[in-house]
Amino acid sequence: MKRIIIALISGLIFGAGLVISEMVNPVKVQDFLDLFGNWDPSLAFVMGGAVAVTLFSSRFIMKRKTPIFAERFYMAVTTSIDSRLILGASLFGIGWGLSGYCPGPGIINAMINPTEAMMFLPALVIGGWIGQRYSA
Amino acid sequence: MLESIPSQALLGGILIGISAALLLAFNGRIAGISGILYNVLFNPLSGSERGWRMAFLVGLIGGGYLMLPVGFELRQGYSPILLIISGLAVGIGTRIGNGCTSRHGVCGIGLMAGRSMVATATFMVSGIITVSILRNFIG
Repeated sequence: MKRIIIALISGLIFGAGLVISEMVNPVKVQDFLDLFGNWDPSLAFVMGGAVAVTLFSSRFIMKRKTPIFAERFYMAVTTSIDSRLILGASLFGIGWGLSGYCPGPGIINAMINPTEAMMFLPALVIGGWIGQRYSA
Repeated sequence: MLESIPSQALLGGILIGISAALLLAFNGRIAGISGILYNVLFNPLSGSERGWRMAFLVGLIGGGYLMLPVGFELRQGYSPILLIISGLAVGIGTRIGNGCTSRHGVCGIGLMAGRSMVATATFMVSGIITVSILRNFIG
């Protein structure tokens, strides 16, 4: 139960952060990626702010033997940098640029811009399912 | 100088970082949104494994809802074909590459994972190339 509550709070803060920062505005995301055109650098502060916090906090968190409410840290099993990673990240970047949506803002846009979410979200789920078939 | 820092972007980013730090410190889990979503949808999970992921997704939507309405103009009339191709590419790509902006960009770099740094650099470059092509040659 404790872990469920933490996950709920964590999700709440994440969702609020995505809206406050305007990461949920696909036009702003595309402007941020438009480095050689009408570049809007402001979203760099979203990743900058987030990474500053995770870099600082993880130094203390990972000194612990176990998390506060769990028996171990669930870290990535794979650490290798392989062609799957590069192919996957490249494809993701293409998709991200085409619409301005990554998964989190895509989900939240079901409430903000349902017309676009109605097309993006089912395609995202189908894509994830296709990817899953080739991952197993 | 201070006025030129986009404070909303910075504040939002700090909140996202705090969210990821909380989940790691208390539950030992990575706040990777695409992975959480696919695990809930496609993998048979035990009650507690499903429970925290569902709670995170409910929170994500709820947290976004609490901050509405948004202060920007909604995009209208965007190409449905682009939205669908985009969704497919994001879906396949984040599943094959094991993560999206949150997993690799926020959590992975915070943990100094080389794999996530490479993934983030890759999707940034491919996103920049895609928008350049889209805006200069297509729309």
